Amino acid sequence: MSETFTKAMARNIFYGGAVFFFLLFLALTFDTIQTLPKRDHRENITDSVVRGKHIWETRNCVGCHTILGEGAYFAPELGNVYKRRGGEFIKGWIKSQPTGAPGRRQMPQFNLTDQQLDDVVEFLKWTSEIDTNKWPPNIEG
Amino acid sequence: MQFKSQAVAKPYFIAAIALFAGQILFGLIMGFQYVVGDFLFPLIPFNVARMVHTNLLIVWILFGFMGAAYYLIPEEAETELFSPKLAILMFWIFLVAGALTIVGYLTVPYATLAAMTGNDMLATMGREFLEQPLPTKIGIVIVALAFLFNISMTVLKGRKTSISLVLLLGLWGLAIFFLFSFYNPSNLVLDKYFWWWTVHLWVEGVWELILGAMLAFVLIKITGVDREVIEKWLYVIIAMTLITGIIGTGHHYFWIGTPEYWQWFGSVFSALEPIPFFMMTVFAFNMVNRRRREHPNKAATLWALGTGVMAFLGAGVWGFLHTLAPVNFYTHGSQITAAHGHMAFYGAYVMVNLTMISYAMPMLRGRSANSPSAQVLEMWSFWLMTVSIVFITLFLTAAGILQIWLQRMGETPMSFMAAQDQIMLFYWLREAAGFVFLLGLVLYIWSFFKKGEVQTVA
Ligand code: HEM
Ligand code: HEM
Ligand SMILES: [Fe+2]
Repeated sequence: MSETFTKAMARNIFYGGAVFFFLLFLALTFDTIQTLPKRDHRENITDSVVRGKHIWETRNCVGCHTILGEGAYFAPELGNVYKRRGGEFIKGWIKSQPTGAPGRRQMPQFNLTDQQLDDVVEFLKWTSEIDTNKWPPNIEG
Repeated sequence: MQFKSQAVAKPYFIAAIALFAGQILFGLIMGFQYVVGDFLFPLIPFNVARMVHTNLLIVWILFGFMGAAYYLIPEEAETELFSPKLAILMFWIFLVAGALTIVGYLTVPYATLAAMTGNDMLATMGREFLEQPLPTKIGIVIVALAFLFNISMTVLKGRKTSISLVLLLGLWGLAIFFLFSFYNPSNLVLDKYFWWWTVHLWVEGVWELILGAMLAFVLIKITGVDREVIEKWLYVIIAMTLITGIIGTGHHYFWIGTPEYWQWFGSVFSALEPIPFFMMTVFAFNMVNRRRREHPNKAATLWALGTGVMAFLGAGVWGFLHTLAPVNFYTHGSQITAAHGHMAFYGAYVMVNLTMISYAMPMLRGRSANSPSAQVLEMWSFWLMTVSIVFITLFLTAAGILQIWLQRMGETPMSFMAAQDQIMLFYWLREAAGFVFLLGLVLYIWSFFKKGEVQTVA
């Protein structure tokens, strides 16, 4: 780099750039937060959905699955599983794990109560209704 | 080693390498579960192995950063560390907290662990990379604050160089953005939105400052190039990092419920994120070519150059590959993501730590460089680990392309599990490459014990 471009100039670009773009990021964040209620349908976050998310977290489902494309890639996407399979199938599935099929990937048995199963389904149902700009590309997730 | 108190870095480096070995073992377990699904089930379910793998990764990188700071800061500030005792105390707290957390993951069902550790009071667990129980998270904050206090006080009482300033900024940023891990709203969209403030603003933001400062320090030492030149490069690189990387967070806001305009902001700015990584490569080669001394530590030079190249490939090239919204629509959450995650983490943060350790560890052991035979071994380990991570990345990329083709494109898409069966071959190949990586790591550790003629420093 040339002599006319000094270290002090580089430093000023760093501080100026960092501050400017962080402020822009905050502004965009502010706007996003304002727009979100229209897209996440938060009026549908019932107590059951809240409990469902808690079960989702405390069973570490995201350690194998993705949800809206984030998580682990060992097991299917669950952001749209409610639309793919429906609530009854999901409950039956969780209750019947593990399959024990030799050599096949296994999902643990979590011993959830009927109430807890309903909560998980409610959480997944609400999640499947988030406006995700049409992701995933198809129902397989 | 110029200051006695730099010695506190040594246990940090040793712990980092030990945890690195643990990380790789659990990676291999998971890699095997990918092909033989019920391997070790129900003893170690996949999700448990994954938490251990990724959390060990993060924790050992943090150990590496702290060790690096304890080594670098006194030398830059030209004064002894503010409190070596505090540094050693924090070392043990962090190590014990980390070990207990891993033991907890492996021996207690996760839901029980959550209930035992106050997750019902303040729910923070069960989110990717942030799986740690509340006490561990609080422990991390305490250790980080004590550490920051210690090195900040050292800089305040000594010489203030641009390198230590940038390092401090990066480390303070690391602690501040970790605080978002305590925010877990029940609205999943908000949860995800701010989860990335920890994850993305770490690896594509403040950690790059730490990376740049560590690389600059080692380059000054091994090349003898004028500090003014190196620090000017450093500022330009990190300026580009934050100018592109902050708004670049938007590449995670395409499909999680956030507004559509993020597809523009995220795509455009993150497409520029490779620039600082490219500059790092040019920087490293440029400085080594203009070197004014022949440092006897050839291995450290190799690691420094390797960091530039591999960070650019993993973060820059493999990041760019899937960062434009129309591409990410198909690749999001696929094996492409895993491919990129591996090469980026290895190329940037594993390699910069190994660079620092390679340079500093001999000094901490009273020599300017290891014996030539030990260095040869270390350079073998460099090539084995680096080439195998390239192959892991290539195999996962192939797996990802097929996965997308079978499961996300065409009129009759396959189900997830059916598509996985079709790409088994590439998972086998990934696992084989993983064993080569392990071999490299074994040689790496072995190189520390290799005897031979060494140059001692006064
Ligand atoms: C022997 C070598 C390794 C093997 C076999 C291996 C295997 C794996 C597997 C199977 C996963 C889980 C993928 C999933 O969620 O489905 C994973 C995740 C991960 N590993 Fe490794 N790993 C290895 C080495 C490494 C190294 C050296 C690093 C860091 C430099 C690393 C960093 C990561 C990261 C960051 C993730 C999370 C990726 C994401 O969320 O996209 N791994 N690894
Ligand atoms: C050293 C720097 C970097 C590291 C350590 C890193 C690591 C990672 C990891 C671990 C993930 C997976 C996160 C998850 O599990 O959900 C990820 C995702 C992603 N990274 Fe990076 N990354 C780096 C730099 C970059 C850069 C420079 C770009 C763009 C040019 C980029 C583009 C992306 C994108 C688009 C995703 C989302 C993938 C998806 O939609 O599934 N990354 N990165
Ligand atoms: Fe990112």
